[in-house]
Amino acid sequence: MLSKIWFDRRLRGWCLQALLIAMVVGGLGWLAWNAQANLARRGITSGFGFLEQAARFPISESLLAYDTSDSFGHAFLVGITNTLFVSVLVILFSTVLGLGLALARRSKHPLVSGSATVYLEVIRNTPLVVQLLFWYAMLTVALPSARQALSPLPGVFLSVRGLYFPKLVLSGEVLWFWVAVAVSLLMVIAAVMLRPMLKLRHGMRFPLVRSALAAAVVLVGVAAWVGGVGASLDVPALRGLNYTGGSTYTPEFTALLIGLVFYSTAFSGEIIRSGIDAVPGGQWEAGSSLGIRRWHLLRLIVFPQALRIILPPMTSQYLSIIKNSTLALAVGYPDLSFVVATTINQTGQAIEGILILMGVFLTISLTVSVLMNFYNRRLALVQR
Amino acid sequence: MTHAYLATQPPQALPPTTNTVTLWHRLFGDAITAIATVATLALLAVALGKTINWGVLHAVWPDGDAAACRAASGACWAFLSEKLRQILFGIYPPGEQWRPALTSVILLVLGAASLPPVCWGKRLVLAWFVGIVTVLLLMRGGVLGLAGVPTAAWGGLPVTLLLAVFALGAGFPLGILLALGRRAEMPVPRMLSIGVIEIIRGLPLVSLLFVASILLPLMLPDGMSIDGLLRAGAALTVFSAAYLAEVVRGGLQSLPRGQGEASRALGLSWWMMTRLVVLPQALRSVLAPLTNTAIVMIKNTSLVLIVGLFDLLSSGRAALADPAWPTPYVETYCFIAAIYFAICFSLSRYSMWLEARYSQHRSH
Repeated sequence: MLSKIWFDRRLRGWCLQALLIAMVVGGLGWLAWNAQANLARRGITSGFGFLEQAARFPISESLLAYDTSDSFGHAFLVGITNTLFVSVLVILFSTVLGLGLALARRSKHPLVSGSATVYLEVIRNTPLVVQLLFWYAMLTVALPSARQALSPLPGVFLSVRGLYFPKLVLSGEVLWFWVAVAVSLLMVIAAVMLRPMLKLRHGMRFPLVRSALAAAVVLVGVAAWVGGVGASLDVPALRGLNYTGGSTYTPEFTALLIGLVFYSTAFSGEIIRSGIDAVPGGQWEAGSSLGIRRWHLLRLIVFPQALRIILPPMTSQYLSIIKNSTLALAVGYPDLSFVVATTINQTGQAIEGILILMGVFLTISLTVSVLMNFYNRRLALVQR
Repeated sequence: MTHAYLATQPPQALPPTTNTVTLWHRLFGDAITAIATVATLALLAVALGKTINWGVLHAVWPDGDAAACRAASGACWAFLSEKLRQILFGIYPPGEQWRPALTSVILLVLGAASLPPVCWGKRLVLAWFVGIVTVLLLMRGGVLGLAGVPTAAWGGLPVTLLLAVFALGAGFPLGILLALGRRAEMPVPRMLSIGVIEIIRGLPLVSLLFVASILLPLMLPDGMSIDGLLRAGAALTVFSAAYLAEVVRGGLQSLPRGQGEASRALGLSWWMMTRLVVLPQALRSVLAPLTNTAIVMIKNTSLVLIVGLFDLLSSGRAALADPAWPTPYVETYCFIAAIYFAICFSLSRYSMWLEARYSQHRSH
């Protein structure tokens, strides 16, 4: 009887699973119980009530307005926007530069492909933190003082104080102007998205995108003319020991941006290159025997097919860029992890801070995967 | 009877092959290529010139001192030779630094010995076990007349190597377990594995290090504490386990179903089937991606800087804090990067070699 129970596979399976659940729940419960006891002993009230208190620590740079009297909740929001800002910039730059790197690696020119390979190997085989600290050192120690700033382009200045560049300043009825810009942008995007559908399903020959572009130009122009919008360039100028006017990127932000772009370009480039390589050689040969130029061949025949192969690994590459941006801690750019670390130092609300950090990153990961999967499905080969 | 279609003349010789693309042709074949060549050469010349100027011509060599470094406009190699021991071994007691040196050598030799497939076997596992115990005793001291050194005083290269070995050595079995769990038929282990793998892969390593360094001490009962180095090692282990699990799952999925079914038909138990039939084949097919994950994890050990542990990078930064010397950040980071590069580059070549070897075996 007993042996029958023991050798019943289904029963044994149920018992094992019940044991597993009990172990996991028990372990987590034990940790939570200890945490509660420890917090009570240290006199820390847990919960998210602290989010409404004043943060009282400075954040050196942010897209959103921030003051030390603002709440912790607002500080977290500032951190999240900073994380997203730097991630989006890195994703854009590294994708474009990665395409260049992929083409350079595929080039038959020995010098071009050789330099690309050296760059790739050096970047891929050294830790990102070391690279970030290297760029930060280059920007803060190796660059000249503000008085002898480098000026690679007129109006752009690079010194130990950071990167200064001209800012476009608008005057007049700016609000309606921006509304017009937003509306025309949406119009052009809608035209681009609708075009294949209308063209393929309804055989429409109307030049939709061109007319949308023309309408956008007219709309923005009218808004500028009616509102009396004038534009001028605010060029940074040396005053005393530092520059005033224009836009500024601090050395921390610049180092993080440069370091992440250099690092991510190497990985994106390899993903794009292997995608292009994976398109069968017959596609190239068939295209050139039809007399299509090499550049058109790449753009119209090979690249659309490579995109299907590139997209899934590129998604995880974009996600790892967002995750890597937490290394801002090493150079001191106030991203979300920086704000969380500072908050934990100041309030001792470790559990809440880390939960917020994890929650935000899991949400971002999930959203990006869902979006990219949606795009991937649209792109996938339509099969019967 | 004559056949008009039979050749009456000897076959003509083939025209000479047009495969005469010389180096000159590839560099200066047409206008665009020539422009690319000149532009690349010019860029390389400028970059190399600046580097040589800084690193060789205006540099202070190891015979110089701090004053010479302050005066010079180039690199300060004297700093590196002066601070070499501090960068490599951290604040370990100077008189005892043969111990971390021996530790690094043992770990590097063991690592190198694990590479050739001929060496894989039970003896290698035994060697690693003996090696790890020796190394830990050597670093910690307190036995055989060695002075005791607390882990807080450990630093530099041995800490980086120990963290990497720990994260990979403990993460690999855990990763296999997670991968098997993810493919299990029972729903509870499958859901648990999927949850653990996906959550950890969705999080940045920094947040896991925060959990290990800040949250874990808070979650242990009063009076119980875990060493800081061990906690960071645990975070790295869990992180690498999640990534290794996905690689192993790829190997498991590439295996034909028939392998498992055949072994069940022969009467093997689930455990014997997994150990003797499934895992050996699955792991062999993902050796190269496993090595690549190992490279990523070796690079990731440098993140412990953020929670204030003294690995190679943090020791280098600590050495820079000496007020008697100028602060040659760039030289120090280049030196540290070179050590990482030597390890990771050889591993990446090894991974390519494995891949080539494996695909050769496949085609037979």
